[in-house]
Amino acid sequence: MPVPATLEFFIDPARCIGCQACVQACAECDTHRGQSMIQLDYVDRAHSTQTVPVVCMHCDSPTCAEVCPADAIKRTEDGVVHSARKPRCIACNNCVLACPFGVPKMNTEMQLMMKCNMCYDRTSVGLKPMCASVCPSQALAFGTREEMARLRPSARPVNTFQFGAQTITTKVNMMVPADDGPDWVDVTAAMHEPTIGHQMLDDIFDDDVFGGDGFIDLLNDDPADA
Amino acid sequence: MPTTTPTPGLDLDAIREFGPYLQYARDIRVDTGVEPDRLVKTHCCFCGQQCGMQLKVKGNTVVGVEPWYDFPFNRGMMCPKGIKRYLQQSHPDRLLHAYKKDPSAPSGFSEMPYDEAIRRVADEIDRIQREYGNDAFAILSGASLTTEKTYLMGKFAHMALKTANIDYNGRLCMVSAAAGNKKSFGVDRAANPWGDILGAEVVWISGANVAECAPITTNYVWQAREQGAKVIVADPRITPIARTCDLFLPVKPGRDTALFNGVLHLMIEHDWLDHDFIENHTVGFDAVAEEVSKWTPALTAEVTGVAEKSIQQAAEWWGQASTSFLMHARGIEHHSRGVQNVMSAINIVLASGRIGRENCGYGTITGQANGQGGREHGQKCDQLPGGRDLGNPEHRAYVAGVWGMDPDDLPQPGVDAYEIMRKAHSGEIKGLLSICFNPVVSLPDNNFVREALDKLEFFVAIDFFMSATSRYADVVLPGSLQEEDEGTVTQLEGRVIKINQVVDCPGEARRDWEIIQDIAKALGRERGLTFSGPREMFEELRIASKGYTNDYSGITWEGVEDNYGVFWPCPAETPEGVPLPGPQGTVRLFEPGSWNPIAKGAGPFYFPDGKARFNVTEYVGPTEDVDADYPVILTTGRVVSQFLSGNQTRRIGPLLDHYPEPKIEMHPRLAAKLGIRDGDWATAESRRGNCTLRASVVKTIRPDTVFIPYHWAGRKSANQLTISAQDPISKIPEYKVCAVRVSKAEAPPEYADQLQPQQ
Ligand code: SF4
Ligand code: SF4
Ligand code: SF4
Repeated sequence: MPVPATLEFFIDPARCIGCQACVQACAECDTHRGQSMIQLDYVDRAHSTQTVPVVCMHCDSPTCAEVCPADAIKRTEDGVVHSARKPRCIACNNCVLACPFGVPKMNTEMQLMMKCNMCYDRTSVGLKPMCASVCPSQALAFGTREEMARLRPSARPVNTFQFGAQTITTKVNMMVPADDGPDWVDVTAAMHEPTIGHQMLDDIFDDDVFGGDGFIDLLNDDPADA
Repeated sequence: MPTTTPTPGLDLDAIREFGPYLQYARDIRVDTGVEPDRLVKTHCCFCGQQCGMQLKVKGNTVVGVEPWYDFPFNRGMMCPKGIKRYLQQSHPDRLLHAYKKDPSAPSGFSEMPYDEAIRRVADEIDRIQREYGNDAFAILSGASLTTEKTYLMGKFAHMALKTANIDYNGRLCMVSAAAGNKKSFGVDRAANPWGDILGAEVVWISGANVAECAPITTNYVWQAREQGAKVIVADPRITPIARTCDLFLPVKPGRDTALFNGVLHLMIEHDWLDHDFIENHTVGFDAVAEEVSKWTPALTAEVTGVAEKSIQQAAEWWGQASTSFLMHARGIEHHSRGVQNVMSAINIVLASGRIGRENCGYGTITGQANGQGGREHGQKCDQLPGGRDLGNPEHRAYVAGVWGMDPDDLPQPGVDAYEIMRKAHSGEIKGLLSICFNPVVSLPDNNFVREALDKLEFFVAIDFFMSATSRYADVVLPGSLQEEDEGTVTQLEGRVIKINQVVDCPGEARRDWEIIQDIAKALGRERGLTFSGPREMFEELRIASKGYTNDYSGITWEGVEDNYGVFWPCPAETPEGVPLPGPQGTVRLFEPGSWNPIAKGAGPFYFPDGKARFNVTEYVGPTEDVDADYPVILTTGRVVSQFLSGNQTRRIGPLLDHYPEPKIEMHPRLAAKLGIRDGDWATAESRRGNCTLRASVVKTIRPDTVFIPYHWAGRKSANQLTISAQDPISKIPEYKVCAVRVSKAEAPPEYADQLQPQQ
């Protein structure tokens, strides 16, 4: 059965709390053989707790499939791009290198590329993927557009991404602020933006109004003075 | 019998035999995606949110988890702990037999037959009580047990052993919230269902690392924000929930009362008050107004370390909102003035009049699985079922009547968990039974706790994994995991829900209530402790709780299952003309016109006049402030992948891998001053102990404060450093603030090449 067209995947990294529920749940999906297909990384832990979950965006014309010399990566009619098929995959790593979102991972033990397949065994029977089911912040969400519009009036979904000159459209949506900006995400430019929440919080502790260096005086260099 | 104890946490032979080892899915699954025989709807065994989930079972083994989308609190959402909890059931470390201390065995323990172990325990209880008196045998219990078991523990202590000394590990968790709620509202429960967060204009979160300790609440907060709510977070660390809040108040640990007093000061100054509410539904406002009159923004800023403009902004948003939700957790409660902190938070709620209505709420975020139900029915040192008081003659008479005993035979109130340790240390308490409690990891100043346990004449622990504490026991009895029994728990909203049995106990392990009843029988004191199972206990608890604040009399197991839980109070009877609560119980407390057994219709709050109390909250700083010798503040807390003392979660491979070992989190300015770089070994030292861990240098913490998560044992335990100062009312220990000095370690710690990360 195909994934119902009314049900869509929405990502809002600004909500992510880095809990790894998605990572842990992904490994529990029957088709993933105990492995997680999700990467979760801190953007810059020294400065912020911001984390970003990476799931496959399920591109309309998947670069991963286009560069595959063995034609191992299949995109089904419903727009889901699947893991490499075992008999075909030659573990050449082309897809791993080519994916603009950095999604596919080579399972060296199995000599097979594995990636997020939107929990096809679940979504193809109308269930939510594991990650979007469990995500406690709903940074990963799965449902109808209407639901999302009702629940998140201050955001809107975008599924066009600009990588330099390359434009990519995807089945998976990214939530962006409702009130401004274009209908696409300029990924190259975004890479240089500070992490979300950074502006408000970075260096709040340097604000000498709230305490300054006063306490540091207690860390006396010269014990004789203590 | 004093024993020789190796370096704490480095008893390698015991660790070799009993773990903690790590369990991964590959070890239990014959094949991934094995078709389960059945799915059992139940709840998480960890935090107080009690996420609904379905466990996948094959034979007598739990093989996985499936979301339970219909359960209304979490709708399929879970945090990593809930997802991986299934890995504990078939764990190789699981205790399958009773054990006795045996110095000739390499691990210090040898197996013993279950019946012989019960006999020995009963003989020792009997001997100690005959030689030293009833109170010389103490009990430590826990709030991760089902409500039926906590009821049984209270009855076992008070009726069978007649000891005054029973207390529970909620003493380290929520008692400040409980006491503050009782003093302000007359009843101790979150006032509102979490759905009320969604429509709040302002959400105030104080001392709650929501994203890591109550992850599901995150979505409620984010949903409110999507609808325009302003989120205010007060915390010494920029936790993940603070990262995207609208206003962050970087409060210095131990200064929460000052912050709330300062906010109330501004509310009064600008007349952001609900005069009608204050007039008609509260008492004590004037005295509080006088107390906060000195808390000008300038003074508040100076004491709390929060900028004046931020305090003003917070007061302006809070003061002018028409709906709001204030929540707090251990961050303001784990203090030697924890009750004060809680009451000062409630004061700004009462002054706003925003309580007892839709989207106008207040709640403390429960920590343990049954943190709510576990503190209601008689396992606290001064308590009887239904929230009744052991010191109150009427309450004693009522419960004694239900139990069929003479009220004069009930002991008087006993002492709190830490005092039990002090009495063990001083020799006044000679014997101890502990269940669901790991004080060697979880109590502050745990070097003292170890000494106390060593001095006991007899110590029996009921455990399913050999905890750091059980290793001090003379006898260890193999108890049950949550999935091996049934019963009810009460989650953080006050909703009574049902835990279902998923599998049977393995080996000689027994359901905890069977063990307790077996001991009672071996003592010849089984009267009143011959329940056929949790359901019969619940039926008795309904009667024992009837007519008082925590009234469960109208709750049935069927009602719980049919309605996705029932909120207490849920009386079976009310006076004529007073409607009974609906099938879901009392979903929201303090609604206008609501009835309760204390006010009897005089008003919505649980005092004879039906009015809430403003309590004067005088600011008193932490017990141990920084000085030239110990110039840095230490605060402790949790990480999302671990739970409490880690006796369960440190055995679950994927959870441990997420955050393998504790780190000392510090700001780069502090680190630079100390010459410490990210990843270096660093030593934190307090007046009570020291601890060497890797440094994590991050800008998300106040520069005057370091943070250590407390889930690890032995030499990695943060509680080697913490102070055993306690709140005078709630007796909660001050985990959230003490003084330390920090330095770069000259060499890796002794444990570094001997222990695996989880050990
Ligand atoms: S995101 Fe990467 S892996 Fe996924 S479909 Fe697009 S190119 Fe392929
Ligand atoms: S489950 Fe959600 S919040 Fe947690 S790490 Fe994954 S995306 Fe982030
Ligand atoms: S630990 Fe708490 S938040 Fe996590 S799954 Fe269990 S109940 Fe839910």
